[in-house]
Amino acid sequence: MNSLKVLSIILIAFTIFAGITVPMAPQPQSIFEFPDIPGLGETARIIFFHVPAAWVSVLGFLISLYFGFKYLRTKEYNYDIKSVSAAGLGMLFCVLAMVTGSLWAKFAWGSFWNWDPRETSIFILLLIYGAYFALRSALGSDEIRARLSAVYAILAGLTAPFFIFIMPRVIGGLHPGAEGDSSGSIPIAQLKMPLNMYIVFFTGLVGFTLLFIWLLNVRIRAVSVEHQLLIKDQ
Amino acid sequence: MNYLFAIWAIVAKDVRSELRLRYALNALLMFVVTSLAVIIIAFQDSELNPEILSALFWIVIFFTAMSGLSRIFVSEEERGTILVLQLVASPSAVYFGKLIFNCGLTLFLSSAVTLLYVIVFPTFVIQSLVIFICTVFLGSLGFASASTMIAAIIAKAQAKSTLYTVLAFPVLAPLLITVIYATALSIQGDIWSNSIPQFQIMIGYLCVVVGFSFLMFDYVWKD
Repeated sequence: MNSLKVLSIILIAFTIFAGITVPMAPQPQSIFEFPDIPGLGETARIIFFHVPAAWVSVLGFLISLYFGFKYLRTKEYNYDIKSVSAAGLGMLFCVLAMVTGSLWAKFAWGSFWNWDPRETSIFILLLIYGAYFALRSALGSDEIRARLSAVYAILAGLTAPFFIFIMPRVIGGLHPGAEGDSSGSIPIAQLKMPLNMYIVFFTGLVGFTLLFIWLLNVRIRAVSVEHQLLIKDQ
Repeated sequence: MNYLFAIWAIVAKDVRSELRLRYALNALLMFVVTSLAVIIIAFQDSELNPEILSALFWIVIFFTAMSGLSRIFVSEEERGTILVLQLVASPSAVYFGKLIFNCGLTLFLSSAVTLLYVIVFPTFVIQSLVIFICTVFLGSLGFASASTMIAAIIAKAQAKSTLYTVLAFPVLAPLLITVIYATALSIQGDIWSNSIPQFQIMIGYLCVVVGFSFLMFDYVWKD
């Protein structure tokens, strides 16, 4: 776990340093220059931070689904603790992805929010997280809360792909990967970048993922302690 | 055969108890009338174009469904009859019985909204009737499928009616956007082949939600 923490700090520090300091040039000569994409300019650097945050918010949801499913199979309360911790962190990163994305959209597309399909889908992801926590707070007993919120998360997880993969193909939009974009509908398929940008980008992706695992570990332990204290009080 | 009979018995029981009280029917119809009245008052002086009308059409159906469809499980919880149902029928029979009843209710609701719409708005002229009918039919079934499962989830929660809309919207949103888009196509009089992707989404959505609910209903239903 310690090596994971150190690695995560190093990778994210590298991403922040390289992502912000490497200069942009119209015709990059060496590996220490990023190409200057017409129309985007310096704002293109957001990709090193925005995409990993969005990735982690989806990852958090998938992990929450996985543990929710495990809970339904085994009825062990530990899995529900893991599930709700992953969902809480996923929601945090979802807000980060929305904020960074909408800041970028202000400069690239002209307004903070355009309701393009990808923006709509991250908004729906946030609503799913919100609904998940609203449902949890409205259910009294631990067992029912864990069971029903796991079922709801799986239901929402099954309908979400309609948003992420299918609808952007049918109804057009501005975001890379929308209808008419030849590179495909999957968010990752938009990445036609030179090698040095790839390196910084994937370093950021791995760094954010490791950071998420670290935070998740802390969060799971905190929620378990909270739960044990609650049992002691009763 | 026994299984089909169990499903049929649950539908018949719900229809009979609904016809006795007419609670859901009356409440839904009044909801439709009041929300249409709000729309008419709000847009008194302005000409409504087809796109806005088709969006409002589904907004009325969405919120009406949200006000009434949760009753199917909430009423069992309130009357304390859940235990009996758990004893006499298998969970999936209960699910399909409730689903069929809700499908019927939603189809009734959307045809009522369509009828009132045609009477009230002179600009609501549907150019391609086939697309419109298929959209309303598949859309209503999709609405009913997801809202039945969510009704079962919230039956045990507090603040049920508020929570119902909150939980249903993210799940129904893909369907809602698709049907609004398809309805706009039908009003513009688009050709059939242009709306096929929308119908594929609707059918896929329906299959995913019904299949999921069939598999997972045990976890929601059994204590």
